[in-house]
Amino acid sequence: MKNTGYIIALILLGCGCKFNDSTTKTLPIYGNKEPVTKTVNGKQVTDTVYQTIPAFKFVNQYGDTITEKSLEGKIYVADFFFTTCPTICPVMHRNMLPVYNEFKNNPDFRILSHSIDPKYDTVPVLKKYADKMGIAGNTWWLLHGNKDATYTIAKSYLVAVQEKNAQENYTHDGFFILIDKQKRIRGTYQGTDPAEVEKMTADIKILMAEPGQKAAK
Amino acid sequence: MKIWLIISAFMAMLVITASCQNDGQIEFNRFYSNGSVVYQAHCQNCHGAKGEGLQGLIPSLSDSTYLKNNKNTLACQLNGGLKGKITILNKEFEGEMPASKLSPLEIAQVLTYVTNSFGNKLGTVNTDRVNTDLAKCK
Repeated sequence: MKNTGYIIALILLGCGCKFNDSTTKTLPIYGNKEPVTKTVNGKQVTDTVYQTIPAFKFVNQYGDTITEKSLEGKIYVADFFFTTCPTICPVMHRNMLPVYNEFKNNPDFRILSHSIDPKYDTVPVLKKYADKMGIAGNTWWLLHGNKDATYTIAKSYLVAVQEKNAQENYTHDGFFILIDKQKRIRGTYQGTDPAEVEKMTADIKILMAEPGQKAAK
Repeated sequence: MKIWLIISAFMAMLVITASCQNDGQIEFNRFYSNGSVVYQAHCQNCHGAKGEGLQGLIPSLSDSTYLKNNKNTLACQLNGGLKGKITILNKEFEGEMPASKLSPLEIAQVLTYVTNSFGNKLGTVNTDRVNTDLAKCK
């Protein structure tokens, strides 16, 4: 037990050094975390287990099935929207366009926009939206899926979405969520604020340079 | 003595014309600045802070020719919404603009703002004209 204490202290010290070192800038890791002590080769090891995005299955604007496996080795940004949304969605995607343009040639980067209105936003509707937005290729996926599945996964991205309310409107947060290659949450940004989205672009570059996120060979 | 009379008459005329222009200008300024507030609250999310629209989804508001040619139906478009194909800056759009819940005064203000921003210069749209146009909506 005494050893565990020392190990934790060492880990904390290690983290402290890392965060103070300005030359190797890293992003924080968000979400729930819990220390897990396991016995490896007869020794007690304490590790921190971070919240990750669980397995999922959706369909993109091309009709392709997209699962967590489609994102292996990729850093991605997720958001929630619907094509007929007259409020914050146009603002979010106006701000997302520069992010798309910046990273569209990077094979290890994706944008996932989940539609929260699967009844109207069918695959052909999403394809049309993509065409009109001027987005092509596989960098930016517009995802259609079962409503429950979408609303459930929103929670693991820490995003609040709600079904039609009294005014017949869907309500949802305008957050962009940055996910690393280990499916951990590394940043949340107000997608309606151009300044925050600029910060996200800078953070994506920092994240891509982290040792654990370098392009897989 | 005579010369002073002429000069003062001339001055008076100047003041009167200047104040006439001012009345029009004051009305314009009032409509324009209130219109910018209406725009921010009801139009900006989709059409953008600079009226730039959004790619092929939402049209720009900088097509002065379109605005001029459709001057008398703009109020109806705001009031009842807009559906179907339109061509803006040589680009075709076919989405749907939802009907607004704006009053005739607000419509006049926001039209004054839009038709005199983003490179447009079509002058004041007053409430009388909006009411006349609204009466003829299809």
